[in-house]
Amino acid sequence: MLDAARSKPLVEVRGLKMYFPIHTGLLRRHTGDVKAVNDISFDIYEGETLGLVGESGCGKSTCGRALIRLYDITAGSVKIDGVEIGQTDQATLRPLRPKMQMVFQDPQASLNPRLTVAEIVGEPLVEHTAMTKAERLARVYELMDAVGLNRRFANRYSHEFSGGQRQRIGIARALALNPKFIVCDEPIAALDVSIQAQVVNLLEELQDRLGLTYLFISHDLSMVRHIADRVAVMYLGKMVELGPRDPLFSEPLHPYTQALLSAVPEPDPSLENTRQRIILKGDVPSPANPPKGCAFCTRCPKVMDVCRQAEPGFREVAPGRFVACHLYDTTNQKTAGRTGASEASPQTYQQGEHA
Amino acid sequence: MTEATAAPAPQALRPPRSQWRDVWDQFRTHKGALAGLTVFIFIVLFVAVGPLIWRISPTASPTDALTLIRSKNMGPSWAHPLGTDQLARDLLARMMAGGKISIAVGLTAMALSIFLGTLVGVLAGYFRRLDGPLMRLTDLFLALPLLPLLLVMMLLFRDPIASRLGVEAGTFLLIVSAIGITSWMQCARIVRGEVLALKEREFVLAAKSIGTPPRRMILRHILPNIMSPIMVAATLGIANAIITESALSFLGLGFPPDFPTWGRLLNDAVDLMQETPGLVIFPGIAISLTVLSVNYIGDGLRDALDPRIRGR
Repeated sequence: MLDAARSKPLVEVRGLKMYFPIHTGLLRRHTGDVKAVNDISFDIYEGETLGLVGESGCGKSTCGRALIRLYDITAGSVKIDGVEIGQTDQATLRPLRPKMQMVFQDPQASLNPRLTVAEIVGEPLVEHTAMTKAERLARVYELMDAVGLNRRFANRYSHEFSGGQRQRIGIARALALNPKFIVCDEPIAALDVSIQAQVVNLLEELQDRLGLTYLFISHDLSMVRHIADRVAVMYLGKMVELGPRDPLFSEPLHPYTQALLSAVPEPDPSLENTRQRIILKGDVPSPANPPKGCAFCTRCPKVMDVCRQAEPGFREVAPGRFVACHLYDTTNQKTAGRTGASEASPQTYQQGEHA
Repeated sequence: MTEATAAPAPQALRPPRSQWRDVWDQFRTHKGALAGLTVFIFIVLFVAVGPLIWRISPTASPTDALTLIRSKNMGPSWAHPLGTDQLARDLLARMMAGGKISIAVGLTAMALSIFLGTLVGVLAGYFRRLDGPLMRLTDLFLALPLLPLLLVMMLLFRDPIASRLGVEAGTFLLIVSAIGITSWMQCARIVRGEVLALKEREFVLAAKSIGTPPRRMILRHILPNIMSPIMVAATLGIANAIITESALSFLGLGFPPDFPTWGRLLNDAVDLMQETPGLVIFPGIAISLTVLSVNYIGDGLRDALDPRIRGR
């Protein structure tokens, strides 16, 4: 899948910034910005699934929403299928909307409680096509079949469904206009584990059948490992690492990715006992006031002086593998980061624990 | 699960049925609402069809002094089922004529104030740029002393409008717009709050990701979901409008004295409450019944319009 997907980028993001202004004081003056997404660049290739992981509040969802211009982005360029949409206004954007759709995190909140399933799924068709009522209903039934919903449910309201079924409704709505690119914003986070598997399998099946491209936002690393072709890791509004799934999971480069992956539980008890967890110290700094230099320098077990001075560039250190870390500057050798403790300054290094 | 039941079952497939059938079905299960609707229809028939059957004029008063003194302030009798007032006019006929004006004023003023309130509230809640100016305008209206304002409006505009449109139509128009313009603020505040909360819900974001323009977003996604508070404000607004109109009439700046309204009947009879309680009781009951029945109708309608409650 990966090789075929290498063909051409469907989504090109360059220097995307999404700041939310902070207004304080009596006069509500603009005193700062929450830098939810701070200058990130990446490509998503046609037909692939890019997993976007990171802890809560690191800007994953904002990034996904900014990509399909649910927000007016602060700076940067977003090209979808060769069309620049970064700074276009919403009215010009409207005819481009069918190409990009979104599946939301909370299936309950993302469905209008006053509308029936047929109306919810048919809504994009009303907006963008000139179908008659009968044609629309036929298409709605077709979509309900595609996501495994009984056609008899068409007249029901969203509160009458279970979480998994609601998420299917959300997926059917996203599929209605034959999009190329779907942002899945933690589509499984609100679901039971058994239902998660169903929904993920449905997403994979639809991808195979319809040739969809996904940006799969999740904090569930095992699920991302299952579904994604490439994985991007975010920390404090920055993308710290981007690479093909298997190399990234087997040999994470960035210290943050290493810490993140060390938190994944191991199903085999004998291996689990020997698992080295990297426990990060302290809290995530505020995105309104990120640290100088590398965003991760306050918690990094391998922090160096340069990390507090200069921001590391996001560069390709191995074919297809991007990382933003001074450990991989040309002066440093890659081995330093991989083997771990050797370069870390002793006062900040957290001893690995046996979980 | 769903896969297992996904086998096509064409005989069970109905095309989506009209939402209003569901609404009516649910409305019928609400006993209070049904009773309220019955009472309200009865009252409307009473004031609309009643005068065609009960042909005594509401303003006719005996011309000679003796008959007037004899037949004034009478209790219920066959000739006057609800009795007569201090000028020996038939109370039943006056109730019919007064109800027509009171209900018309109540419904129209309510509609106007709900329309204004919802419009301002939705615009302020949905468009951030309009929020400040519109809510300051609302505060401004809330800060105005309403009764003096109404009195000044009546004083200034009553005669010019009455001379152009006729006394009844002119006063009606003036009272309705005066009440409507001075009572939309509560509704605007409630609606704005609801819109602000609703705007952050994911389904609004989902609609935005489809490319829904603001107009349809408001009409299709926001307004139906804020029906409940609007409905409550509306039903309370009718009562409020009827009472404000009676207060204006009492101060002599509403309808002219020869146009009976329920509020005026009530106010006229206050002095005679101990001698002839019927003069107070019947208009009072009429106002209360109207307000109560409209309240129940609103309650039932609110439940019926909410699919989450429907079918329980």
